Amino acid sequence: MSKIHVTTSVNGDPTEFLCDADETLLDALRDRLGMTGSKEGCGTGDCGACSVTVDGRLVCSCLMLGAEAEGREIGTIEGMAKGDQLHPLQRKFIEHAALQCGICTPGLLVAAKSLLENNPDPTEEETRYWLAGNLCRCTGYDKIIRAVLDAAQEMREAS
Amino acid sequence: MALDDKQLYQTREFKVVGTRVKRPDGIDKVTGKARFGADMSAPGMLIARVLRSPHAHARIKSIDTSAAEALPGVHAVLTRADFDEITDDDFTADILDNCMAGEKALYDGHAVAAVAANSPSVAKAALKLIKVDYEVLPHVTDVDAAMAADAPVLHEGRANETVPAGMSPNVLSRYEFGHGDIEAGLAKADRVIERTYRTEATHQGYIEPHACLASMGADGQADLWCCTQGHYMVRNTCAAIMGMEQGQLRVTASEIGGGFGGKTTVFLEPVALALSKKTSRPVKMVMSRSEVLRATGPTASSSIDVRIGMTKDGQITAAFAELRYQGGAYPGSPVEFGSMSAFAPYDLENVKTVGWDVVTNRPKQAAYRAPGAPMAAYAVESAVDELAKGFGLDPLAVRLENAAREGTRASYGPTFPAIGLEATLRAAKDHPHWSAPLGENQGRGVACGFWFNFGGDTCVSLNITPDGTVTVSEGNPDIGGSRASMSMMAAEELGIPYEQVRTIVADTGSLGQNEVTDGSRVTFAVGLATIEAARAAKREMCKRAAQVWGIDEDAVEWEDGAARPAGPNAGKHPPMTIKEIAAIASNTGGPIAGHHEANPEGAGVSFATHMVDTEVDPDTGAVKILRYTVFQDAGKAVHPDYVEGQFQGGAVQGIGWALNEEYIYGDDGVLQNAGFLDYRIPVASDLPMIDTVILEIPNPGHPYGVRGVGETSIVPPLAAVANAVSEAAGVRLTQLPMSPPKVLKAVQGL
Repeated sequence: MSKIHVTTSVNGDPTEFLCDADETLLDALRDRLGMTGSKEGCGTGDCGACSVTVDGRLVCSCLMLGAEAEGREIGTIEGMAKGDQLHPLQRKFIEHAALQCGICTPGLLVAAKSLLENNPDPTEEETRYWLAGNLCRCTGYDKIIRAVLDAAQEMREAS
Repeated sequence: MALDDKQLYQTREFKVVGTRVKRPDGIDKVTGKARFGADMSAPGMLIARVLRSPHAHARIKSIDTSAAEALPGVHAVLTRADFDEITDDDFTADILDNCMAGEKALYDGHAVAAVAANSPSVAKAALKLIKVDYEVLPHVTDVDAAMAADAPVLHEGRANETVPAGMSPNVLSRYEFGHGDIEAGLAKADRVIERTYRTEATHQGYIEPHACLASMGADGQADLWCCTQGHYMVRNTCAAIMGMEQGQLRVTASEIGGGFGGKTTVFLEPVALALSKKTSRPVKMVMSRSEVLRATGPTASSSIDVRIGMTKDGQITAAFAELRYQGGAYPGSPVEFGSMSAFAPYDLENVKTVGWDVVTNRPKQAAYRAPGAPMAAYAVESAVDELAKGFGLDPLAVRLENAAREGTRASYGPTFPAIGLEATLRAAKDHPHWSAPLGENQGRGVACGFWFNFGGDTCVSLNITPDGTVTVSEGNPDIGGSRASMSMMAAEELGIPYEQVRTIVADTGSLGQNEVTDGSRVTFAVGLATIEAARAAKREMCKRAAQVWGIDEDAVEWEDGAARPAGPNAGKHPPMTIKEIAAIASNTGGPIAGHHEANPEGAGVSFATHMVDTEVDPDTGAVKILRYTVFQDAGKAVHPDYVEGQFQGGAVQGIGWALNEEYIYGDDGVLQNAGFLDYRIPVASDLPMIDTVILEIPNPGHPYGVRGVGETSIVPPLAAVANAVSEAAGVRLTQLPMSPPKVLKAVQGL
């Protein structure tokens, strides 16, 4: 089976890769580009650990083909901090101890960033429903919700 | 003998312990840099995939691998024939049989062959070319059905001497605990209730599937990278299966994406090593989610009879439980722990439990957070609640009246030292949650829970670097912030800032034997070893200072990160800081380190009380969790954020077990919900905030009073939620999960 050549942008960097026709974007990111920050927890779009943005829209990268990245702008966890400056959400996750094992953390951060871009002032309930597609088995979500609401407030005050 | 009669705890003022510092692995984990099991690769690596049985129970008559082996890109196909049989160790033989089936496939998903190929797609294609000739056998997946005399039999001759003659060969062990006279006690009761409760198997549900990367050389040396709760266990188990010397296999633990007990054994690692041996190439294996659910250990399902007698003023006169747990296709369901823990929160004159370990055609169970205890507590705490409410008594007051306390002879034998159960009950009674008003279709439930906690083999090495900062090497994978806790305890003991200590999880070549990260043992046992290692380093630093000052080393004491002359006869010397001592170490005897190796006892048992409000929708049977509060004794909370996190996480796993989660088997014995869509764990929108109250009743067996906190938090929620739902629904529910169809049936009286 011949491979497909894909020209895309990942976290603002022009990027090319070869992938199989049936290869997911998640596998292409992890295995072709060495970007292992996005995780596979289920491979069926149920856990959100592979969350990325495609042209600014939140998607499960396990449900999209690598070939579909052609001409798109992909955003992953690796692009969230700017140099040594953590995104406020990343900082708040550490401050609030919103992670235990940390496997769901990249997906939750990408999803939470997408939430705050769509709704800078979410209620607790809106936050819980937006993040309902991101499974966390360690925390019971309490500290995650607090971290997101705290980051949202800080970002509103800063803007 | 008291359970924890060694008094190691000394009252002290803490400077670092008890604060909420930032974890050392935080930045790596929020930026995607942290490397988990599936995140490692090696030059020339092959990818392996596993072929799994589609049958619940089948004899493997033959396996034809020739077509798969002939596929270009395939480097090896592996079956059980590639492993030497283990004849002297049933425990390890069962693990091997679970990793790769022998004569029979014992459950849907049981591994029967594996392929190593140069790409995932080739490996996948090769699996389809393997021809397995199965003779399908009758199967059984229900615990009570498996105990019946005419049930399909998994293994002949595995029952031990505790099992009476004439029972099904599927019944492998009988356990009994207790004291007193049950019938005499029941005769004194004003009411005796007798109930049967059932719980379904649930999976630990860690988000990270099992993964490993193995590399074995022609010289017999091997390296293994994997996500595990115990890389020393992985080393020892794999060495036994591979016929290797333990010292020739170095295992490095990746960051671990959740375990909850499910990563305390091996599934892939021996297969990857054997394939690497066969191909002389590194071999990587990663499970899919459906493989995790079908073929890694869920916990047992249970069927439990309870008989409890109570006087009308709330005194329990006798308590009996018979527990039947199926632990999948091999011996070792957690029914012994269930039988030991069932009545641990009570001070009882007459108490007895009988437990039965049963095999069925399901995946081999693995430990799940306080293994065996949540289902036992569910049964007992449901019955106690029904009795209390039946007499119109306050369920918290009844529990306080009968509560185990210091000096109580536990139902499983030992006498309790200082314990925190009463403190959690009093805190619950005084909390505003207890008196908050409830609305229509709402109910409030409480329940208590207990867990033993463990010590286990532990090694810590603490090194003073030449610039006076400190590195700590420990051998337990950090599953929820333990590197931070170890650094905190080292900093506390040395009197230096937390930021000057960095803790790493060392590979199996770097330390002696370390027990798995289980039994809520790490903060207790590794913490104790870290403190002792720091004390050894302090003694050495005092000695170096004494040498420089020309005084006796007994005349030097350590305080606030520096050696100081102790007492008036030691002479007047300015304090010598850790940095100053480290800087001259080379000239005063060489590098400075402290280490400690131990198997500490005195882990300190743990109790919790949970309180929950639920609302039942009478039209759909759906249950909403409105409010939840955890009251638990932590001994001493080293890092309160992570203690709260353990309380919250355990409570929510328990909520899932109570309301949604279950292994669903069809008549064909095939698992019907092997994915996160249908095996539904709680999501953020299912839940409120989970409030926590940390009690601190110091554990006599730890220098800082620490008790393990990780497991107890999953013990009370099944019963607490069931008691709340039963109150809200106006009818007692005795089966989990309390999914909408079941609740609706109960509400409608069907």
